[in-house]
Amino acid sequence: MVQYLTADLDASFAALSDSTRRGVLEHLGHADASISDLADRFEMTLTGMRKHVGVLERAGLVTTRKVGRVRACRLGPRQLAAETAWIERYRDAWDARFAELDRVIGELKRKRR
Amino acid sequence: MDNTATAERISDRELMVSRTVNGPARIVFEAWTRPELFERWWVPKSFPISLLSCQMDVRVGGTYRLVFGHEGSTMDFFGRYLEVEPPSRLVWTNDEGDGETVTTVTFEEIEGMTRVVVHDRYPSKEALDAAVAEGSTAISAMPESLQQLDDLLVSLPR
Repeated sequence: MVQYLTADLDASFAALSDSTRRGVLEHLGHADASISDLADRFEMTLTGMRKHVGVLERAGLVTTRKVGRVRACRLGPRQLAAETAWIERYRDAWDARFAELDRVIGELKRKRR
Repeated sequence: MDNTATAERISDRELMVSRTVNGPARIVFEAWTRPELFERWWVPKSFPISLLSCQMDVRVGGTYRLVFGHEGSTMDFFGRYLEVEPPSRLVWTNDEGDGETVTTVTFEEIEGMTRVVVHDRYPSKEALDAAVAEGSTAISAMPESLQQLDDLLVSLPR
């Protein structure tokens, strides 16, 4: 499990070490795209873009599927999970804050009764 | 009563949090605008930071300054109030970063309870992404390495 996790992290960090790949993730955050769309946008060959997408895919950051003759790319579960995890932590922080606020409000209500 | 806060990133540059508080809006508004009350709840005791000082001049154009302490260093947060409408609406800016983040809080009283909605609008998508990356709006119990990965992932511009 630990080894698996470490391998996973290595793949993710390696995938993110390249500015084109970060750009691809950014673009996919707005909309799904085909490999040829991405190749055009980042001004590189199809083969070059296929390699980048392959690295992102192995790291779980992107998923692809074949639609007719086109390979469609979208953000993978890993990327989506990270965003979800962050918003969960943000919510937890506010929950804790509101719990303290409840105490203050309860006290004020008792005082003014 | 639904006692769990909901939080959402509602756009590239906006966050929204809401929660119902068991008290009338007039009292809830006070807790957000009187420093001696505000400083008792804004930083929950379980957080690894403390609120060292809290100055608030709650009127339109008035300023506030919060000084936080964390592991021997301090951090200032400051800005000014744009709208002050007791007991239903409070709008302030956060001026310590690049560009201005605007926080709008509305208080809607429903049968003795108050629905609080906090809306943060960052100056840009990049600014919100950076806030996420710094973890400045979140506290985490995740292992550090996962945390770093997580921050790296969410910090990617979307």
